[in-house]
Amino acid sequence: MISLRKEENVTYELSNLYKSYGYSYYKMSNFEEYDLYAKNRNFLESSRIITFNDLNGKLMALKPDVTLSIIKNTKDDEKMKKIYYTEHVYRVPHNGDGFKEIMQTGLECIGDIDTYSIGEVISLAAQSLAAISDRYILDISHLGITMGVIRSLDDEVQEKLLGKISEKNAHGIRRVCERYEVPDETRDLLLNLISVYEPLDTGLERIREINLPDESRKAAEELKELAGILEAWGIKDRIYIDFSIVNDMDYYNGIFFKGFIDGIADGILSGGQYDNLMDRMGKKNGAVGFAVYLDQLEELDGPLMGFDADVLIKYDENSDMNTVISTARKYTKAGNTVRVQQDGDIYCQKVLFVDGMEVKEIG
Amino acid sequence: MAEMINVALPKGRLGEKVYDIFEKAGYDCPAIREENRKLTFENREAGVRYFWVKPSDVAIYVERGAADIGVAGKDILREYEPDIYEILDMNVGKCRMCVAGPADFKDNYAKTLKVATKFPNIAKKYYSEKSRRIDIIKLNGSIELAPILGLSDVIVDIVETGTTLRENGLTPLETITDISARLIANKASYKFKNREIRRLCESLEKLVAERE
Repeated sequence: MISLRKEENVTYELSNLYKSYGYSYYKMSNFEEYDLYAKNRNFLESSRIITFNDLNGKLMALKPDVTLSIIKNTKDDEKMKKIYYTEHVYRVPHNGDGFKEIMQTGLECIGDIDTYSIGEVISLAAQSLAAISDRYILDISHLGITMGVIRSLDDEVQEKLLGKISEKNAHGIRRVCERYEVPDETRDLLLNLISVYEPLDTGLERIREINLPDESRKAAEELKELAGILEAWGIKDRIYIDFSIVNDMDYYNGIFFKGFIDGIADGILSGGQYDNLMDRMGKKNGAVGFAVYLDQLEELDGPLMGFDADVLIKYDENSDMNTVISTARKYTKAGNTVRVQQDGDIYCQKVLFVDGMEVKEIG
Repeated sequence: MAEMINVALPKGRLGEKVYDIFEKAGYDCPAIREENRKLTFENREAGVRYFWVKPSDVAIYVERGAADIGVAGKDILREYEPDIYEILDMNVGKCRMCVAGPADFKDNYAKTLKVATKFPNIAKKYYSEKSRRIDIIKLNGSIELAPILGLSDVIVDIVETGTTLRENGLTPLETITDISARLIANKASYKFKNREIRRLCESLEKLVAERE
Protein backbone atom coordinates (compact mmCIF):
# COMPACT_ATOMS: atom_id res chain seq x y z
CA MET A 1 0.00 0.00 0.00
CA ILE A 2 1.06 3.55 -0.61
CA SER A 3 1.39 5.29 2.72
CA LEU A 4 2.69 8.67 3.67
CA ARG A 5 5.47 8.94 6.17
CA LYS A 6 4.29 9.82 9.66
CA GLU A 7 5.76 13.30 9.29
CA GLU A 8 3.79 14.02 6.09
CA ASN A 9 0.56 12.65 7.53
CA VAL A 10 0.81 14.59 10.74
CA THR A 11 1.69 17.85 9.00
CA TYR A 12 -1.47 17.56 6.93
CA GLU A 13 -3.65 16.64 9.89
CA LEU A 14 -2.33 19.44 12.07
CA SER A 15 -2.87 22.08 9.37
CA ASN A 16 -6.49 21.02 9.14
CA LEU A 17 -6.88 21.08 12.89
CA TYR A 18 -5.50 24.63 13.22
CA LYS A 19 -7.54 25.86 10.25
CA SER A 20 -10.72 24.46 11.79
CA TYR A 21 -10.27 26.77 14.78
CA GLY A 22 -9.77 29.82 12.59
CA TYR A 23 -5.98 30.01 12.56
CA SER A 24 -4.75 31.26 9.20
CA TYR A 25 -1.72 29.98 7.37
CA TYR A 26 1.36 32.14 7.57
CA LYS A 27 4.20 31.71 5.09
CA MET A 28 7.51 33.41 5.68
CA SER A 29 10.82 33.86 3.95
CA ASN A 30 13.64 31.44 4.65
CA PHE A 31 15.98 34.34 5.38
CA GLU A 32 15.88 37.05 7.95
CA GLU A 33 18.28 39.83 8.84
CA TYR A 34 20.87 38.51 11.27
CA ASP A 35 20.26 41.48 13.55
CA LEU A 36 16.90 40.10 14.66
CA TYR A 37 18.56 37.02 16.15
CA ALA A 38 21.65 38.78 17.47
CA LYS A 39 19.41 40.96 19.63
CA ASN A 40 17.50 38.00 21.03
CA ARG A 41 20.24 35.42 21.22
CA ASN A 42 19.10 33.95 24.53
CA PHE A 43 15.63 33.27 23.20
CA LEU A 44 17.06 30.83 20.67
CA GLU A 45 17.66 27.24 21.67
CA SER A 46 21.09 27.29 20.12
CA SER A 47 23.04 30.46 19.49
CA ARG A 48 24.67 29.03 16.34
CA ILE A 49 23.20 30.51 13.18
CA ILE A 50 23.97 30.04 9.49
CA THR A 51 24.74 33.47 8.06
CA PHE A 52 25.58 34.85 4.64
CA ASN A 53 25.89 38.24 2.94
CA ASP A 54 23.05 39.44 0.77
CA LEU A 55 23.81 41.23 -2.51
CA ASN A 56 23.71 44.62 -0.78
CA GLY A 57 26.19 43.46 1.83
CA LYS A 58 23.64 42.98 4.59
CA LEU A 59 24.28 40.08 6.93
CA MET A 60 21.43 37.61 6.60
CA ALA A 61 20.58 34.40 8.44
CA LEU A 62 18.80 31.18 7.63
CA LYS A 63 16.04 31.35 10.20
CA PRO A 64 16.75 29.32 13.36
CA ASP A 65 13.34 30.21 14.76
CA VAL A 66 9.88 31.18 13.56
CA THR A 67 8.33 33.05 16.48
CA LEU A 68 10.70 36.03 16.28
CA SER A 69 9.82 36.61 12.61
CA ILE A 70 6.13 36.47 13.37
CA ILE A 71 6.37 38.96 16.22
CA LYS A 72 8.47 41.29 14.09
CA ASN A 73 5.65 41.39 11.55
CA THR A 74 2.88 41.94 14.09
CA LYS A 75 1.26 45.32 14.40
CA ASP A 76 -0.11 46.57 17.67
CA ASP A 77 -3.38 47.76 16.10
CA GLU A 78 -4.50 44.21 15.36
CA LYS A 79 -6.98 43.17 18.01
CA MET A 80 -6.31 39.46 17.73
CA LYS A 81 -4.11 37.53 15.37
CA LYS A 82 -4.31 33.76 15.12
CA ILE A 83 -1.90 32.09 12.75
CA TYR A 84 -0.22 28.76 12.12
CA TYR A 85 2.87 27.86 10.14
CA THR A 86 4.86 24.90 8.85
CA GLU A 87 8.47 25.87 8.29
CA HIS A 88 12.01 24.61 8.20
CA VAL A 89 14.39 26.04 10.75
CA TYR A 90 18.15 25.59 10.92
CA ARG A 91 19.86 25.01 14.21
CA VAL A 92 22.39 22.88 16.03
CA PRO A 93 20.53 20.44 18.28
CA HIS A 94 21.56 20.00 21.90
CA ASN A 95 24.84 18.06 21.90
CA GLY A 96 24.60 17.81 18.12
CA ASP A 97 27.70 18.09 16.00
CA GLY A 98 26.35 20.19 13.15
CA PHE A 99 23.47 22.15 11.69
CA LYS A 100 20.23 20.35 11.08
CA GLU A 101 17.21 21.25 9.03
CA ILE A 102 14.27 20.83 11.36
CA MET A 103 10.65 20.74 10.27
CA GLN A 104 8.51 22.66 12.68
CA THR A 105 4.82 23.40 12.74
CA GLY A 106 3.07 25.54 15.28
CA LEU A 107 0.68 28.33 16.01
CA GLU A 108 0.67 31.71 17.68
CA CYS A 109 -2.17 33.65 19.19
CA ILE A 110 -1.27 37.31 19.58
CA GLY A 111 -3.41 40.08 21.03
CA ASP A 112 -5.54 40.48 24.14
CA ILE A 113 -4.73 37.15 25.74
CA ASP A 114 -7.22 35.90 28.31
CA THR A 115 -7.78 32.56 29.99
CA TYR A 116 -9.92 31.37 27.09
CA SER A 117 -7.15 32.03 24.52
CA ILE A 118 -4.58 30.21 26.63
CA GLY A 119 -6.98 27.32 27.16
CA GLU A 120 -7.70 27.10 23.43
CA VAL A 121 -3.99 27.04 22.57
CA ILE A 122 -3.32 24.34 25.17
CA SER A 123 -6.24 22.30 23.92
CA LEU A 124 -4.92 22.56 20.36
CA ALA A 125 -1.53 21.46 21.68
CA ALA A 126 -3.16 18.42 23.29
CA GLN A 127 -5.09 17.66 20.10
CA SER A 128 -1.85 17.96 18.10
CA LEU A 129 -0.25 15.35 20.35
CA ALA A 130 -3.33 13.12 20.08
CA ALA A 131 -3.02 13.30 16.28
CA ILE A 132 0.45 11.78 16.62
CA SER A 133 -0.23 9.10 19.23
CA ASP A 134 -2.75 8.08 21.91
CA ARG A 135 0.09 7.77 24.38
CA TYR A 136 0.78 11.41 25.06
CA ILE A 137 1.25 13.63 28.07
CA LEU A 138 1.15 17.40 28.26
CA ASP A 139 3.09 18.90 31.17
CA ILE A 140 2.08 22.32 32.35
CA SER A 141 3.59 24.83 34.72
CA HIS A 142 3.03 28.42 35.71
CA LEU A 143 6.37 30.22 35.75
CA GLY A 144 4.95 32.72 38.22
CA ILE A 145 4.73 30.02 40.87
CA THR A 146 8.43 29.16 40.68
CA MET A 147 9.53 32.76 40.23
CA GLY A 148 7.44 33.90 43.19
CA VAL A 149 9.53 31.64 45.39
CA ILE A 150 12.97 32.71 44.14
CA ARG A 151 12.28 36.31 43.07
CA SER A 152 14.06 37.88 46.05
CA LEU A 153 17.35 36.03 45.40
CA ASP A 154 20.30 37.29 43.34
CA ASP A 155 20.19 36.71 39.58
CA GLU A 156 23.14 34.32 39.78
CA VAL A 157 21.48 32.18 42.46
CA GLN A 158 18.17 32.26 40.59
CA GLU A 159 19.84 30.97 37.47
CA LYS A 160 21.62 28.20 39.35
CA LEU A 161 18.41 27.13 41.08
CA LEU A 162 16.39 27.15 37.85
CA GLY A 163 19.01 24.80 36.37
CA LYS A 164 18.58 22.37 39.26
CA ILE A 165 14.79 22.68 39.12
CA SER A 166 14.81 21.66 35.46
CA GLU A 167 16.78 18.54 36.44
CA LYS A 168 14.43 17.72 39.36
CA ASN A 169 17.71 17.72 41.23
CA ALA A 170 16.82 17.80 44.94
CA HIS A 171 20.37 17.25 46.23
CA GLY A 172 21.57 19.97 43.84
CA ILE A 173 19.02 22.46 45.19
CA ARG A 174 20.12 21.65 48.75
CA ARG A 175 23.74 22.27 47.84
CA VAL A 176 23.10 25.58 46.05
CA CYS A 177 20.93 26.80 48.95
CA GLU A 178 23.64 25.91 51.44
CA ARG A 179 26.37 27.61 49.44
CA TYR A 180 24.47 30.85 48.84
CA GLU A 181 22.78 30.93 52.24
CA VAL A 182 19.26 30.76 50.86
CA PRO A 183 16.68 30.70 53.68
CA ASP A 184 15.47 27.22 54.69
CA GLU A 185 11.83 28.09 53.93
CA THR A 186 12.70 28.93 50.33
CA ARG A 187 14.67 25.71 49.97
CA ASP A 188 11.85 23.60 51.35
CA LEU A 189 9.32 25.29 49.06
CA LEU A 190 11.49 24.47 46.04
CA LEU A 191 11.99 20.86 47.14
CA ASN A 192 8.25 20.61 47.56
CA LEU A 193 7.55 22.09 44.14
CA ILE A 194 9.93 19.82 42.20
CA SER A 195 8.43 16.74 43.83
CA VAL A 196 5.04 17.59 42.30
CA TYR A 197 4.24 15.45 39.29
CA GLU A 198 0.51 14.88 39.30
CA PRO A 199 -2.53 15.15 37.04
CA LEU A 200 -4.02 18.64 37.00
CA ASP A 201 -6.58 18.10 39.78
CA THR A 202 -4.39 16.38 42.35
CA GLY A 203 -1.54 18.69 41.38
CA LEU A 204 -3.61 21.79 42.16
CA GLU A 205 -4.59 20.15 45.42
CA ARG A 206 -0.94 19.64 46.34
CA ILE A 207 -0.06 23.22 45.46
CA ARG A 208 -2.82 24.47 47.71
CA GLU A 209 -1.27 22.60 50.63
CA ILE A 210 2.09 24.28 50.09
CA ASN A 211 2.49 27.56 51.90
CA LEU A 212 3.45 29.77 48.96
CA PRO A 213 4.31 33.50 48.86
CA ASP A 214 1.70 35.91 47.45
CA GLU A 215 3.07 36.12 43.91
CA SER A 216 3.08 32.33 43.61
CA ARG A 217 -0.38 32.10 45.12
CA LYS A 218 -1.75 34.50 42.54
CA ALA A 219 -0.15 32.43 39.78
CA ALA A 220 -1.64 29.27 41.28
CA GLU A 221 -5.07 30.91 41.12
CA GLU A 222 -4.56 31.60 37.41
CA LEU A 223 -3.60 28.00 36.89
CA LYS A 224 -6.73 26.90 38.67
CA GLU A 225 -8.92 29.13 36.54
CA LEU A 226 -7.26 27.66 33.45
CA ALA A 227 -7.96 24.15 34.75
CA GLY A 228 -11.67 24.95 34.54
CA ILE A 229 -11.33 25.79 30.83
CA LEU A 230 -9.26 22.67 30.16
CA GLU A 231 -11.90 20.56 31.82
CA ALA A 232 -14.50 21.99 29.44
CA TRP A 233 -12.24 20.98 26.54
CA GLY A 234 -12.21 17.46 27.94
CA ILE A 235 -8.43 17.16 28.13
CA LYS A 236 -7.88 17.65 31.84
CA ASP A 237 -6.81 14.06 32.45
CA ARG A 238 -3.93 14.20 29.99
CA ILE A 239 -2.37 17.23 31.62
CA TYR A 240 0.21 16.95 34.39
CA ILE A 241 1.60 19.67 36.60
CA ASP A 242 5.40 19.69 36.52
CA PHE A 243 7.54 22.60 37.70
CA SER A 244 10.69 21.20 36.15
CA ILE A 245 9.68 22.65 32.81
CA VAL A 246 11.22 26.07 33.05
CA ASN A 247 12.47 28.45 30.42
CA ASP A 248 14.24 31.75 30.08
CA MET A 249 12.24 34.16 32.22
CA ASP A 250 13.43 37.12 30.15
CA TYR A 251 11.14 35.94 27.37
CA TYR A 252 8.48 33.74 28.86
CA ASN A 253 6.02 34.40 31.64
CA GLY A 254 2.90 32.76 32.96
CA ILE A 255 1.77 29.43 31.57
CA PHE A 256 4.39 27.19 30.03
CA PHE A 257 3.86 23.67 28.66
CA LYS A 258 5.68 20.78 27.04
CA GLY A 259 4.33 17.72 25.23
CA PHE A 260 5.71 14.20 25.24
CA ILE A 261 4.92 11.11 23.18
CA ASP A 262 5.73 7.62 24.42
CA GLY A 263 8.55 6.35 22.22
CA ILE A 264 10.16 9.72 21.57
CA ALA A 265 12.96 10.47 23.99
CA ASP A 266 12.72 14.24 23.85
CA GLY A 267 9.82 16.63 24.27
CA ILE A 268 8.11 17.00 20.89
CA LEU A 269 6.01 20.07 21.61
CA SER A 270 6.76 23.15 23.58
CA GLY A 271 5.02 26.44 24.12
CA GLY A 272 3.67 29.04 26.46
CA GLN A 273 3.01 32.69 27.06
CA TYR A 274 5.75 35.05 25.92
CA ASP A 275 4.57 38.52 26.84
CA ASN A 276 8.09 39.42 27.98
CA LEU A 277 9.49 38.73 24.53
CA MET A 278 6.74 40.85 22.96
CA ASP A 279 7.65 43.61 25.36
CA ARG A 280 11.35 43.37 24.54
CA MET A 281 10.50 43.71 20.87
CA GLY A 282 8.43 46.82 21.56
CA LYS A 283 4.98 45.29 21.16
CA LYS A 284 2.17 45.99 23.56
CA ASN A 285 0.13 42.83 23.02
CA GLY A 286 0.34 39.55 24.85
CA ALA A 287 1.03 36.29 23.09
CA VAL A 288 0.79 32.55 23.53
CA GLY A 289 1.77 29.78 21.14
CA PHE A 290 3.56 26.50 20.64
CA ALA A 291 5.69 24.57 18.18
CA VAL A 292 5.75 20.87 17.28
CA TYR A 293 9.13 19.44 16.23
CA LEU A 294 8.12 17.15 13.42
CA ASP A 295 11.59 15.81 12.64
CA GLN A 296 11.37 13.71 15.81
CA LEU A 297 8.47 11.72 14.38
CA GLU A 298 11.06 9.69 12.49
CA GLU A 299 11.59 7.81 15.75
CA LEU A 300 8.02 6.50 15.51
CA ASP A 301 8.34 5.26 11.92
CA GLY A 302 9.81 2.01 13.19
CA PRO A 303 12.59 0.04 11.55
CA LEU A 304 13.41 0.76 7.93
CA MET A 305 10.87 -0.92 5.68
CA GLY A 306 11.83 -3.98 3.72
CA PHE A 307 10.17 -3.26 0.37
CA ASP A 308 11.20 -0.88 -2.40
CA ALA A 309 7.85 -1.52 -4.09
CA ASP A 310 5.04 -4.07 -3.88
CA VAL A 311 5.34 -5.26 -7.47
CA LEU A 312 8.27 -5.37 -9.88
CA ILE A 313 7.29 -5.51 -13.56
CA LYS A 314 10.12 -6.59 -15.85
CA TYR A 315 10.21 -6.41 -19.61
CA ASP A 316 12.63 -6.98 -22.50
CA GLU A 317 12.91 -5.84 -26.12
CA ASN A 318 10.14 -8.25 -27.21
CA SER A 319 7.65 -7.08 -24.59
CA ASP A 320 4.53 -5.29 -25.72
CA MET A 321 4.66 -1.80 -24.21
CA ASN A 322 0.87 -1.50 -24.07
CA THR A 323 0.72 -4.59 -21.90
CA VAL A 324 3.52 -3.32 -19.68
CA ILE A 325 1.79 0.00 -19.13
CA SER A 326 -1.69 -1.43 -18.64
CA THR A 327 -0.33 -3.94 -16.11
CA ALA A 328 1.44 -1.17 -14.19
CA ARG A 329 -1.73 0.92 -14.16
CA LYS A 330 -3.84 -2.04 -13.06
CA TYR A 331 -1.64 -2.63 -10.00
CA THR A 332 -1.29 1.01 -8.98
CA LYS A 333 -5.05 1.44 -9.25
CA ALA A 334 -5.45 -1.44 -6.81
CA GLY A 335 -3.32 0.50 -4.35
CA ASN A 336 0.03 -1.23 -4.91
CA THR A 337 3.33 0.47 -5.52
CA VAL A 338 4.90 -0.61 -8.78
CA ARG A 339 8.42 -0.50 -10.17
CA VAL A 340 8.85 -1.01 -13.92
CA GLN A 341 12.34 -1.75 -15.22
CA GLN A 342 14.23 -3.95 -17.65
CA ASP A 343 16.88 -5.48 -15.43
CA GLY A 344 17.93 -5.65 -11.86
CA ASP A 345 16.22 -6.83 -8.71
CA ILE A 346 14.58 -4.89 -5.91
CA TYR A 347 12.94 -5.83 -2.64
CA CYS A 348 9.32 -6.56 -3.53
CA GLN A 349 6.52 -9.00 -2.91
CA LYS A 350 5.79 -10.02 -6.48
CA VAL A 351 7.82 -10.09 -9.70
CA LEU A 352 6.05 -10.06 -13.08
CA PHE A 353 7.58 -10.46 -16.52
CA VAL A 354 5.87 -9.24 -19.65
CA ASP A 355 6.66 -11.86 -22.30
CA GLY A 356 5.37 -10.41 -25.59
CA MET A 357 1.77 -9.68 -24.72
CA GLU A 358 1.61 -12.18 -21.89
CA VAL A 359 2.12 -11.35 -18.20
CA LYS A 360 3.91 -14.09 -16.23
CA GLU A 361 4.55 -14.21 -12.53
CA ILE A 362 8.17 -15.22 -12.03
CA GLY A 363 8.71 -15.07 -8.28
CA MET B 1 1.41 -5.40 34.67
CA ALA B 2 3.91 -2.76 35.62
CA GLU B 3 6.27 -1.72 32.87
CA MET B 4 9.90 -2.81 32.75
CA ILE B 5 12.49 -0.20 33.57
CA ASN B 6 15.66 -0.23 31.48
CA VAL B 7 18.68 0.59 33.61
CA ALA B 8 22.07 1.51 32.17
CA LEU B 9 24.88 0.72 34.61
CA PRO B 10 28.48 1.83 34.18
CA LYS B 11 30.83 -1.11 33.54
CA GLY B 12 33.49 -1.56 36.19
CA ARG B 13 33.96 -1.11 39.91
CA LEU B 14 31.51 1.73 40.32
CA GLY B 15 28.82 -0.20 38.43
CA GLU B 16 29.21 -3.19 40.73
CA LYS B 17 28.92 -1.00 43.80
CA VAL B 18 25.83 0.61 42.38
CA TYR B 19 24.28 -2.73 41.48
CA ASP B 20 24.73 -3.83 45.11
CA ILE B 21 22.53 -0.93 46.16
CA PHE B 22 19.89 -1.78 43.53
CA GLU B 23 19.97 -5.39 44.73
CA LYS B 24 19.48 -4.41 48.36
CA ALA B 25 16.60 -2.16 47.30
CA GLY B 26 14.80 -5.23 45.93
CA TYR B 27 15.75 -4.91 42.28
CA ASP B 28 18.00 -7.94 42.15
CA CYS B 29 18.90 -9.92 39.08
CA PRO B 30 21.03 -12.92 40.10
CA ALA B 31 22.16 -13.70 36.53
CA ILE B 32 24.23 -10.54 36.60
CA ARG B 33 26.67 -12.14 39.08
CA GLU B 34 27.52 -14.97 36.72
CA GLU B 35 30.82 -14.67 34.92
CA ASN B 36 29.97 -14.24 31.26
CA ARG B 37 30.03 -11.76 28.45
CA LYS B 38 26.33 -11.07 28.31
CA LEU B 39 25.46 -7.39 28.36
CA THR B 40 21.79 -7.44 29.29
CA PHE B 41 20.05 -9.07 32.25
CA GLU B 42 16.46 -8.93 33.34
CA ASN B 43 14.24 -9.80 36.25
CA ARG B 44 10.66 -9.70 35.07
CA GLU B 45 9.19 -9.93 38.55
CA ALA B 46 11.11 -6.95 39.83
CA GLY B 47 10.42 -5.17 36.54
CA VAL B 48 14.02 -4.27 35.71
CA ARG B 49 16.34 -4.88 32.81
CA TYR B 50 20.00 -4.01 33.37
CA PHE B 51 22.68 -3.46 30.82
CA TRP B 52 26.35 -2.68 31.17
CA VAL B 53 27.70 0.19 29.11
CA LYS B 54 30.88 2.21 29.10
CA PRO B 55 30.63 4.73 31.98
CA SER B 56 30.94 7.73 29.67
CA ASP B 57 28.09 6.39 27.52
CA VAL B 58 25.47 6.03 30.28
CA ALA B 59 24.26 9.62 29.87
CA ILE B 60 23.87 9.13 26.11
CA TYR B 61 21.78 5.98 26.54
CA VAL B 62 19.54 7.77 29.02
CA GLU B 63 19.27 11.06 27.13
CA ARG B 64 18.21 9.25 23.97
CA GLY B 65 15.76 7.02 25.81
CA ALA B 66 17.45 3.66 25.12
CA ALA B 67 17.65 3.40 28.91
CA ASP B 68 14.95 4.86 31.16
CA ILE B 69 17.35 5.45 34.01
CA GLY B 70 21.05 5.03 34.61
CA VAL B 71 23.89 5.81 36.95
CA ALA B 72 26.57 8.23 35.84
CA GLY B 73 29.36 10.13 37.53
CA LYS B 74 28.80 13.86 38.00
CA ASP B 75 32.00 14.37 35.97
CA ILE B 76 30.30 12.93 32.89
CA LEU B 77 27.14 14.95 33.53
CA ARG B 78 29.12 18.17 33.88
CA GLU B 79 31.11 17.43 30.75
CA TYR B 80 28.25 16.50 28.40
CA GLU B 81 25.40 18.40 30.06
CA PRO B 82 22.79 15.90 28.85
CA ASP B 83 19.12 16.92 28.92
CA ILE B 84 17.99 14.53 31.67
CA TYR B 85 16.61 14.53 35.20
CA GLU B 86 19.22 14.08 37.93
CA ILE B 87 17.02 12.51 40.56
CA LEU B 88 19.35 11.16 43.23
CA ASP B 89 22.88 11.55 44.54
CA MET B 90 23.90 7.91 45.17
CA ASN B 91 26.79 9.05 47.32
CA VAL B 92 29.14 6.39 45.99
CA GLY B 93 32.17 6.73 43.73
CA LYS B 94 33.11 9.92 45.52
CA CYS B 95 36.07 11.91 44.25
CA ARG B 96 36.99 15.42 43.15
CA MET B 97 37.51 17.18 39.85
CA CYS B 98 40.79 19.04 40.33
CA VAL B 99 43.34 21.20 38.68
CA ALA B 100 46.67 19.50 39.34
CA GLY B 101 50.25 20.35 38.52
CA PRO B 102 53.78 20.37 39.92
CA ALA B 103 53.74 21.30 43.64
CA ASP B 104 55.76 24.45 42.99
CA PHE B 105 53.50 25.56 40.15
CA LYS B 106 52.83 29.28 39.94
CA ASP B 107 50.46 30.60 37.33
CA ASN B 108 51.99 33.16 34.98
CA TYR B 109 49.20 35.38 33.65
CA ALA B 110 51.44 36.76 30.92
CA LYS B 111 51.18 33.43 29.15
CA THR B 112 48.35 31.25 27.89
CA LEU B 113 47.85 28.41 30.35
CA LYS B 114 48.16 25.00 28.72
CA VAL B 115 45.64 22.56 30.22
CA ALA B 116 45.61 18.84 29.41
CA THR B 117 42.36 17.02 30.20
CA LYS B 118 39.82 14.38 29.35
CA PHE B 119 37.13 16.94 30.21
CA PRO B 120 37.53 19.91 27.85
CA ASN B 121 34.10 21.41 28.54
CA ILE B 122 34.51 21.42 32.30
CA ALA B 123 38.00 22.92 31.98
CA LYS B 124 36.85 25.55 29.50
CA LYS B 125 33.96 26.62 31.69
CA TYR B 126 36.02 26.72 34.86
CA TYR B 127 38.70 28.93 33.37
CA SER B 128 36.31 31.16 31.45
CA GLU B 129 34.55 31.96 34.74
CA LYS B 130 37.96 33.02 36.05
CA SER B 131 38.63 34.92 32.80
CA ARG B 132 41.87 32.98 32.34
CA ARG B 133 43.04 32.46 28.77
CA ILE B 134 43.83 28.79 28.20
CA ASP B 135 44.82 26.32 25.54
CA ILE B 136 43.00 23.00 25.91
CA ILE B 137 44.83 19.80 25.07
CA LYS B 138 42.33 16.97 24.88
CA LEU B 139 43.81 13.62 25.88
CA ASN B 140 42.15 10.26 26.38
CA GLY B 141 44.34 8.78 29.12
CA SER B 142 47.58 9.05 31.12
CA ILE B 143 46.84 12.71 31.66
CA GLU B 144 49.52 12.88 34.40
CA LEU B 145 52.18 12.51 31.76
CA ALA B 146 51.38 15.83 30.11
CA PRO B 147 52.98 18.23 32.64
CA ILE B 148 55.97 15.89 33.11
CA LEU B 149 56.82 16.07 29.44
CA GLY B 150 55.97 19.75 29.19
CA LEU B 151 52.97 19.09 26.97
CA SER B 152 50.87 21.16 29.36
CA ASP B 153 51.30 23.39 32.43
CA VAL B 154 48.51 21.77 34.45
CA ILE B 155 45.89 19.05 34.11
CA VAL B 156 42.20 18.94 34.93
CA ASP B 157 41.30 15.46 36.08
CA ILE B 158 39.52 13.31 38.62
CA VAL B 159 41.37 12.79 41.89
CA GLU B 160 40.35 9.97 44.18
CA THR B 161 43.20 9.39 46.62
CA GLY B 162 45.86 11.44 44.90
CA THR B 163 48.27 8.50 44.76
CA THR B 164 48.72 8.53 40.98
CA LEU B 165 49.37 12.26 41.10
CA ARG B 166 51.89 11.94 43.91
CA GLU B 167 53.77 9.12 42.25
CA ASN B 168 54.19 11.36 39.23
CA GLY B 169 55.33 14.36 41.21
CA LEU B 170 52.05 16.25 40.88
CA THR B 171 49.71 17.66 43.47
CA PRO B 172 46.09 18.89 43.46
CA LEU B 173 46.09 22.70 43.19
CA GLU B 174 42.41 23.67 43.09
CA THR B 175 39.16 21.74 43.47
CA ILE B 176 36.66 22.44 40.69
CA THR B 177 33.81 20.34 42.00
CA ASP B 178 33.00 17.29 44.10
CA ILE B 179 32.02 14.20 42.16
CA SER B 180 29.79 11.26 43.01
CA ALA B 181 27.51 8.87 41.14
CA ARG B 182 24.04 10.19 40.29
CA LEU B 183 20.85 8.42 39.36
CA ILE B 184 19.59 10.00 36.16
CA ALA B 185 16.33 9.55 34.27
CA ASN B 186 15.19 10.16 30.72
CA LYS B 187 12.68 13.00 30.74
CA ALA B 188 10.01 11.22 28.69
CA SER B 189 10.43 7.89 30.54
CA TYR B 190 10.03 9.73 33.82
CA LYS B 191 6.55 10.69 32.64
CA PHE B 192 5.40 7.46 31.01
CA LYS B 193 6.88 5.14 33.66
CA ASN B 194 6.47 7.61 36.49
CA ARG B 195 5.16 5.27 39.17
CA GLU B 196 7.84 2.63 38.60
CA ILE B 197 10.71 5.10 38.46
CA ARG B 198 9.58 7.00 41.52
CA ARG B 199 9.18 3.81 43.50
CA LEU B 200 12.66 2.65 42.54
CA CYS B 201 14.13 6.04 43.35
CA GLU B 202 12.49 6.10 46.77
CA SER B 203 13.79 2.63 47.68
CA LEU B 204 17.30 3.65 46.65
CA GLU B 205 17.04 6.93 48.50
CA LYS B 206 16.25 5.13 51.74
CA LEU B 207 19.30 2.89 51.40
CA VAL B 208 21.56 5.78 50.47
CA ALA B 209 20.38 7.72 53.53
CA GLU B 210 21.03 4.69 55.77
CA ARG B 211 24.58 4.31 54.48
CA GLU B 212 25.48 7.83 55.51
